[in-house]
Amino acid sequence: MAAPVVRVENIRKLYGTTVAVSDVSFEVQPGEIFGLIGPNGAGKTTTMECVEGLRAPDGGRIAVFGLDPVRDVYRLQDRIGVQLQEAQLQKRIKVWEAIDLWASLYSRALDGTRLLEQLGLTEKRNAWFMTLSGGQKQRLFIALALINDPELVFLDELTTGLDPQARRAIWDLVRGIRDRGKTVFLTTHLMEEAERLCDRVAIIDHGRIVDVASPAELVQKHCPERTVVVTTDDPAAPERFEAIPHVDSVMREGQRFTIRGRGRDLVTQVIECLAIHRLRVIDFRTELPTLEDVFLRLTGHSIRD
Amino acid sequence: MLRGLWKLTWLEFKIFVREPLGLIGTVVIPVLVFVVASRMLGGGGRMRPPPPDVPRIMSVDLPVLISILIALSAVLSLITIVAIYRESGILKRLRATPLRPQTILTAHVLVKLLLIAMSLAAMLLAGRRYFPIGTSVPVLSYAAALAFTTTSILSMGFLIASIVPTARFAQPFGTLILYPMLGISGLFVPVEFFPPALQALARMLPLTYAVSLLRGIWHGDPWSAHVLDVAALSVFFFLCTAAVSKVFRWE
Repeated sequence: MAAPVVRVENIRKLYGTTVAVSDVSFEVQPGEIFGLIGPNGAGKTTTMECVEGLRAPDGGRIAVFGLDPVRDVYRLQDRIGVQLQEAQLQKRIKVWEAIDLWASLYSRALDGTRLLEQLGLTEKRNAWFMTLSGGQKQRLFIALALINDPELVFLDELTTGLDPQARRAIWDLVRGIRDRGKTVFLTTHLMEEAERLCDRVAIIDHGRIVDVASPAELVQKHCPERTVVVTTDDPAAPERFEAIPHVDSVMREGQRFTIRGRGRDLVTQVIECLAIHRLRVIDFRTELPTLEDVFLRLTGHSIRD
Repeated sequence: MLRGLWKLTWLEFKIFVREPLGLIGTVVIPVLVFVVASRMLGGGGRMRPPPPDVPRIMSVDLPVLISILIALSAVLSLITIVAIYRESGILKRLRATPLRPQTILTAHVLVKLLLIAMSLAAMLLAGRRYFPIGTSVPVLSYAAALAFTTTSILSMGFLIASIVPTARFAQPFGTLILYPMLGISGLFVPVEFFPPALQALARMLPLTYAVSLLRGIWHGDPWSAHVLDVAALSVFFFLCTAAVSKVFRWE
């Protein structure tokens, strides 16, 4: 396996007496979209800023492309792109001026016009920063993070303030970056975003890493139960359902049967059962656990608290 | 270090000019004050000694006073801008780029110097009827002296900007430091007239040397007569710059 792009070992960060991050370790592999996920205040931004070299951790070690991000911050600048969670630019700077300035700072830059187009900002080329909406500002900051075609892109809560359509467009953009061989390190508190976008995630809560794996693996490991809800008026149904192997429970409410079991095969087995016995189905629905369920299971509280 | 400096300087200049109040306050008002004051003195300046009933403070070299005021206002606005940039996260955003902190600060200094040059030019143009042709105002020499003095005072401004906690304190803090400094700089009352303790204090402050240098050059002194002033201002500049790189807070 190739050397990890980011290696974080046992880092700690305190603000005064508050421990924001305590003993966090993980690795980001080349070419993956890696997500640090958790509720607001969990320590995601602090961790990310330590990896970016904007903050120095109080303990532990960080290596980005093998370099120390604080000490070698300028050597790293050409290879990374950073989108901060809360950022501002000069109020009266024009959009194209910001792109132009950023592009001039790096040895290699993408076509700014094309980037603005991909992010839907072409119409706002000449607009002053202060006249942009929250979502437009966010997209400009993403453009600035990508302008130098970095090998490693840091995205902190990248879809904050974006409507669902813009959100999906950004997701496509991020996948496109990964597909071109770059690495993406992002933070989010939106489980849907993590599920759709990330190859692997690290769950962080109260400054500690709870687990690291792909979303599917996390669900399988921590929330193996599956639920299938079948609505049928076939009189043979109850008996047939009870006979499905590995089923934990079958609950009935009139014509609606809630079948619960563990393992990946439950849905297949229910479908096979319906097919083999030719049961008449009115409605069929599955409920699969999500990362939110995983988070709740692992930390005892919802990610929204 | 120079990467991005010119582009950033030009960009910051454009941004400054887009805000109407900034340009008016920094260039237009000082020039207006100069012209009005010159008229009131009946074209005092260098040509005629002031009438005897004019209070002592009015017989001051007006151009030197105005120049220092322009420089001080530039320093104050610099302190404020840095504090605002820091508080709003602009500095943080600029930091996560190849831009070095020195480059960002230098760009602001250059913009201020350019504005001062513009003010000075406007002042000389507007006031030329009070300094008729034939007056040998050593413009280039004076401009150089002013640029040099301003750079030195600006470095002090950066030091103040480094330590100011929030943008709200920036202006009052800077004002409290700079204007009393001006009071004992010898511009209004010669330093020799101060009590010994105040004299010693005045000789430790940059504005005293700035006033001496500017006044001397305006009156046509050669630079060699002001070696002490130049040396003092240079030392001050280097001390402040060194301190800034240690003390500057990005957020």
